[in-house]
Amino acid sequence: MLRFIIRRVVIIIPMLLIIVTLTWGLIRLAPGNFYTGERKLTPAIEQNLREKYGLNKPWYVQYGRFLRNIARFDFGTSLKYEGQSVNQILWRALPVSAALGLTAYLLALVVGITIGTLAALKQNSWIDYATMSLAMLGISIPNFVLGPLLVLVFALTLFWLPPALWNGFPSKSVILPALTLSAIYIAYIARLTRSGMLEVMRSDYIRTARAKGLSERQVVFRHALRGGLLPVISFSGPALAFLITGTVVVERVFSLPGLGNYFINACFNRDEPLIIGIVAFIAVAVLVFNLLVDISYGFIDPRIRY
Amino acid sequence: METQTLNCSNCGAPIRSGAAQCLNCEASVIKAPAEAAVAGDTHEIVTGEIVAGSSLWRDARRRLLKNKIAVFGMTVVILMALASLIGPSIIQRATGKSYDFIPRSSSETKSFPPFRGPDGRFSWAHPMGTDVAGRDILARVLSGGQISLMVALISTLVSLLIGVSYGAIAGYLGGSIDDVMMRIVDVLYSLPYVIIVIVLLALLPAKTPTGQLIQLFVALGAVSWLTMARIVRGQVMSLKNQEFVLAARATGVPAHKIIFRHLVPNALGPVIVYATLTIPTVMLSEAFLSFLGLGVRPPRVSWGSLAAEGAQSLAVYPWLLIFPGLTMALMLFSLNFLGDGLRDALDPQMRRD
Repeated sequence: MLRFIIRRVVIIIPMLLIIVTLTWGLIRLAPGNFYTGERKLTPAIEQNLREKYGLNKPWYVQYGRFLRNIARFDFGTSLKYEGQSVNQILWRALPVSAALGLTAYLLALVVGITIGTLAALKQNSWIDYATMSLAMLGISIPNFVLGPLLVLVFALTLFWLPPALWNGFPSKSVILPALTLSAIYIAYIARLTRSGMLEVMRSDYIRTARAKGLSERQVVFRHALRGGLLPVISFSGPALAFLITGTVVVERVFSLPGLGNYFINACFNRDEPLIIGIVAFIAVAVLVFNLLVDISYGFIDPRIRY
Repeated sequence: METQTLNCSNCGAPIRSGAAQCLNCEASVIKAPAEAAVAGDTHEIVTGEIVAGSSLWRDARRRLLKNKIAVFGMTVVILMALASLIGPSIIQRATGKSYDFIPRSSSETKSFPPFRGPDGRFSWAHPMGTDVAGRDILARVLSGGQISLMVALISTLVSLLIGVSYGAIAGYLGGSIDDVMMRIVDVLYSLPYVIIVIVLLALLPAKTPTGQLIQLFVALGAVSWLTMARIVRGQVMSLKNQEFVLAARATGVPAHKIIFRHLVPNALGPVIVYATLTIPTVMLSEAFLSFLGLGVRPPRVSWGSLAAEGAQSLAVYPWLLIFPGLTMALMLFSLNFLGDGLRDALDPQMRRD
């Protein structure tokens, strides 16, 4: 187990390297830079700027410096938001995205597992059909359509909730974005739970549990859920990556000052330090989260040995 | 395999040609092979190869057609694809205006609600209304469907090409090559590649709208082949020790021919199923990128870019978002149901109950 964890932690480092190098390479390959397109610069100013950012050195010197800075978590200062370091922006945007993502994720887990289990226990009943059709609908409606539709109904017609912007974490402004973001996960988790539970409910150990005379509730909650939720757990690793792409759209739809919104703006503005900072940050988050999921797998399913 | 020998479809025993009954199980009257192959009765006797080849697909078709919700999905997909294919040209013929036509008069260059003419009264001219420039939404949705479907199909093909080759090669070669190849897939699996795609499309935009489309095909295809590679590898691994592969190898067929002529065709069922399920995912990714302004660019439109336009003026002209958005949702809904149905039909073991 320990060896497995060490091996997985060690492999994170080259993966991270690949991601940031790829991003760095793309930025270098792209024609122009942050300053093209804005005002025309005099050659002297351009020369000074190139010197300041080390752009006049050969690429391997730039790359080496880039890696050294990354290793120290120093991404430099943003080009667009002058005077603010990338780290400052990251730490300001992270709480927004994290609050949104976690709320959506918890919502998805609770609702998804509940309706998935219900559908499995009442297989082929109207509950089953209704929830599974709803789940398919949840998978099929893109979040950038669902979000504006929810705004239209709950904010612009009923005036119950604010249509956009962020008012801090526990506030009404979280509800619509979190709902929009979680819809597809509710759907996925409900489907996964249902199929996992259906498979488990037919297995021998459930029959044994029933034969021991356990009540149906004990059979479901103590025995079946533990096995039936394995697919859900293995989904939660990739789910984080999905969640991040989801937040990009949702933060844009609701104009939230989160990582996703900053990321897209940085891409459009060619704010290179900020792009690299956010990509590296997201990559670390995804890789670490995947690792945690894999480790937790071993604890939940005793059949898995590393 | 001898294609001339008849086999009883009931018990599989060979039958002398011209005999009226199967000697083994005494099953019913024999029909002419061609006739029997067409009809669906299991007691008929058909030629050896057709039994093995067609009955899998015929069974699958029967199971698929019995699945009402899959048939619904298939019908909707076919209808919408047809409408997107021929709709824009019909509208152009009928009205003389393309999806990108902007009226000259200023009284018409604004957004009308569905079924409303410029005078505010009921009119058939624009069943989905017009956008802020006075362009017909129906024509735009249909023509956006063309692009969305095209991107989804071609990107899926790209991912199919990469995934099937990669998975089949890894599965067939096995050993340490397989280990390394699958390790790479594992690594790629946990990368937030959409982020890289966004960086790629934002920083290296193609010069022309067509170039942008090609970039989209490649970018989307290149990030969606991983699961396909795993599925094909698993299939190939279970197939490669069977006699027909051994026979091919013994007769000196080179590895690449064994992989692509013998193994891949036999793994086609799961490949088709997964490809059908990839189409909606890719379509969603395209829409996502177009929504962010990174995908399909004007003058071309896709459902994603139309929804992006619509989301901007949501409060005033909600129909600009509702029609493209719901059209897309209906398409994805139907594609997902069709994919699920195909999975149940082609691969009963993978069935999700």
